[in-house]
Amino acid sequence: MEPEDEIYENGGEQPARSKPIISGEQLDVEAYASLYKDRTKVARLLFIADHCNNEAMQLEALRMAYDEIKKGENTQLFREVVEKIGGRLGDKYGMDAAWCETVDRKAELKKERLENELNSYRTNLIKESIRMGYNDFGDFHYAHGALGDAFKSYVRTRDYCTTSKHIISMCMNAILVSIEMGQFTHVTSYVSKAEQTPDSLDLITVAKLRCAAGLAHLETKKYKLAARKFLETGPELGSHYNEVIAPQDVATYGGLCALASFDRTELKNKVIDNLNFRNFLELVPEVRELINDFYSSHYASCLEYLGNLKPNLLLDIHLHDHVETLYDQIRHKALIQYTHPFVSVDLRMMANAFKTSVAGLEKELEALITDNQIQARIDSHNKILYARHADQRNATFQRVLQTGSEFDRDVRSMLLRANLIKYDHNLRASRKL
Amino acid sequence: MGSLENLVTQIQGLSGSIEDIAHLHNILRLADESLHSESSALSAVLDQVDPAKHSLGYLYILEAFTSGPVSKEQALTLVPILARFINCCDAQQIRLAHDKFVSVCKRFKDHVLLIESPLRGVSPMRTAVRKLQTTSEHLTTIHPDFLLLCLLSKSYKIGLSVLEDDIFDVDQPRDLFLYCYYGGMICIGQKRFRKALELLHNVVTAPMNVINAIAVEAYKKYILVSLIHYGQFSTSLPKYASSAAQRNLKNFCQPYIELATTYSSGKIAELEAYVLTNREKFDNDKNLGLVKQVVSSMYKHNIQRLTQTYLTLSLQDIANTVQLGSPKEAEMHVLQMIQDGEIFATINQKDGMVRFLEDPEQYKTCQMIEHIDSSIQRIMTLSRKLNAMDEQMSFDPLYLTKVGRERQRFDFDDFDTVPQKFPI
Repeated sequence: MEPEDEIYENGGEQPARSKPIISGEQLDVEAYASLYKDRTKVARLLFIADHCNNEAMQLEALRMAYDEIKKGENTQLFREVVEKIGGRLGDKYGMDAAWCETVDRKAELKKERLENELNSYRTNLIKESIRMGYNDFGDFHYAHGALGDAFKSYVRTRDYCTTSKHIISMCMNAILVSIEMGQFTHVTSYVSKAEQTPDSLDLITVAKLRCAAGLAHLETKKYKLAARKFLETGPELGSHYNEVIAPQDVATYGGLCALASFDRTELKNKVIDNLNFRNFLELVPEVRELINDFYSSHYASCLEYLGNLKPNLLLDIHLHDHVETLYDQIRHKALIQYTHPFVSVDLRMMANAFKTSVAGLEKELEALITDNQIQARIDSHNKILYARHADQRNATFQRVLQTGSEFDRDVRSMLLRANLIKYDHNLRASRKL
Repeated sequence: MGSLENLVTQIQGLSGSIEDIAHLHNILRLADESLHSESSALSAVLDQVDPAKHSLGYLYILEAFTSGPVSKEQALTLVPILARFINCCDAQQIRLAHDKFVSVCKRFKDHVLLIESPLRGVSPMRTAVRKLQTTSEHLTTIHPDFLLLCLLSKSYKIGLSVLEDDIFDVDQPRDLFLYCYYGGMICIGQKRFRKALELLHNVVTAPMNVINAIAVEAYKKYILVSLIHYGQFSTSLPKYASSAAQRNLKNFCQPYIELATTYSSGKIAELEAYVLTNREKFDNDKNLGLVKQVVSSMYKHNIQRLTQTYLTLSLQDIANTVQLGSPKEAEMHVLQMIQDGEIFATINQKDGMVRFLEDPEQYKTCQMIEHIDSSIQRIMTLSRKLNAMDEQMSFDPLYLTKVGRERQRFDFDDFDTVPQKFPI
């Protein structure tokens, strides 16, 4: 291959560049799980167990989930996990009925105690104690998996909040529970509520709120907004929000959403030149590499990274439903960006650059042209793509004539209808007389 | 008998000036009853009266003469008499007796249909339409009858010439529905789909309190023609359509709406299967021919879409994309479309390639300038008409009272009532 072909090709052997490609090796369940804590850890482990195809990984995940649940007090979840394990891990991971009973009994007692306390506080009408009572109730329900009740209790503290610190803690709790429940409309509303408090928030809370908002947008498929929120998250987040999200996730979600929805200038300004976000990207070097590749038009390697990341991303609890859409959008953007600077493009070279066949490429380009995302036409005989810019003058004439005839037609029918209504009205008037 | 002779002399005498004619009109109105009772003696009287000069009198006598049921042989004799009258009557005189003339023409149409030669009625009816119209924008009650005769005798071009006039004044809404429906069918016959769509659209969106069968049939054809011409159809009627239509029309046209949804999927095999299963329903509505046209239009729209994305394409690929059988069929379709002027392309038979070209229209010729200029003039006239109508409505007393009652009151003077009549 001659050296000048490298400019167009971007594919083929590249011995000079050393790419530390993280291959599609299996997700290290233990390392992954250690990034999180509390309930989200369990939820993620269960999700991995449900969706991975590998039995060893599945059992590993279930085992870790079992251990984690035993540290808490959620018997319902415990029963579910035991069922899923189905005795495959031996006796040590079987159904521990005794433990369940102890936990349930303790829960009953605690619930009674909390209720009594709350009632006494309510009769005494001490605002702060009532608030703390409801808060404790919320924590109790959350620990036992009754998410709906937890949410209600947390929301009830709202009436008894006096300082903005109280309001913020209420919002954070509500957000946490809503994320677990999957009700992201609540998340958005509580995030905005928290951001509206008159006192200035400390940076960690701000970062947490941004992450929560980003997650909410991601779930509602507003990828651009999600990307913006994730990119605005400060590096102070660290591991303070591990009960919801890890900084690696911030990097991955933010990077992928930005790549799928930003245009080139925005990508450069907000992602590549963003010093804060660089801290996050350091944690997931593949994402950083693939963004850089996309920006410098090395599409083959960019798509290769994406392909490698895909199986692990499919195991992620929040990204699972969106992986396909995001990948399609990124691929389309790559195709559009490739053809943008040229007047004519040889489809064979382009197919090589994207590591696909000419026929497949033709189909993809056809879809993009029909969607009006690329202004070009395909010469199928010689396999060349020609850019095509509409002749403004002719198009204007055409539009003018069309608008004129539409106006003509619409006004005539309107006058006709007005006449009919007038006739009808006159008829009725004459009948009344 | 004596009164009849009296009448004849009066007719002959008083058909001179305008006041005489008005006087004659009154006499005739009073004598109408007696005329109807003596219908047997009227044929002799008819010969005494001249249809051209004494049109009004002739009309009254003729109307009385032709009332009542008529057999086929009688119709044969009557048709030439009626035709002659219509052709040579005086337009001003007959406009005074509008209803009588309309009923005479309607009977003429019935007779012509009875003797099964609608072609004989086309030309007289056209003259009748022109004579009855006050202006060329006026829709009379006999317009639809004329169009019906054109349809039945397949003389579409004559029908088209009448359809070219825009109408704004309508006698009866029912006439409008029939006129637009028949007019739409004539345009479909001549493959003027755009005008057909316009006419059918008028029926479907006309103000009506209760939907009628004409609107339902028109809606069915509207769906089919819209698919042929535009390749798509939207089930939502515009806001100005009557609420009765918006709610109920779809219920009566279910198979057609499903046809439209199958069409939008773009798969020919599905469309053909659907047509085959519902063949009977389409046949009953006599729309089977149109439905077949819809199916063949699908190929056309698919090929047209290809011109947007490809510069050259092999015939084999066209056949595959559009789901045709072989490249030969694809070549035939493309050739037909080039001839009809629906796409611009050249076929290279040696390579089996089709090269799509841009629209060669450069909008620089004299004809184009003339076309644009006449369109501008037309629209200016329309604008003026619209403004005149608006002005006229703004000093209509009924409108003023209604607006006056509901206007905002900011000042003491606003509480005065709007004057209902302006004392002079």
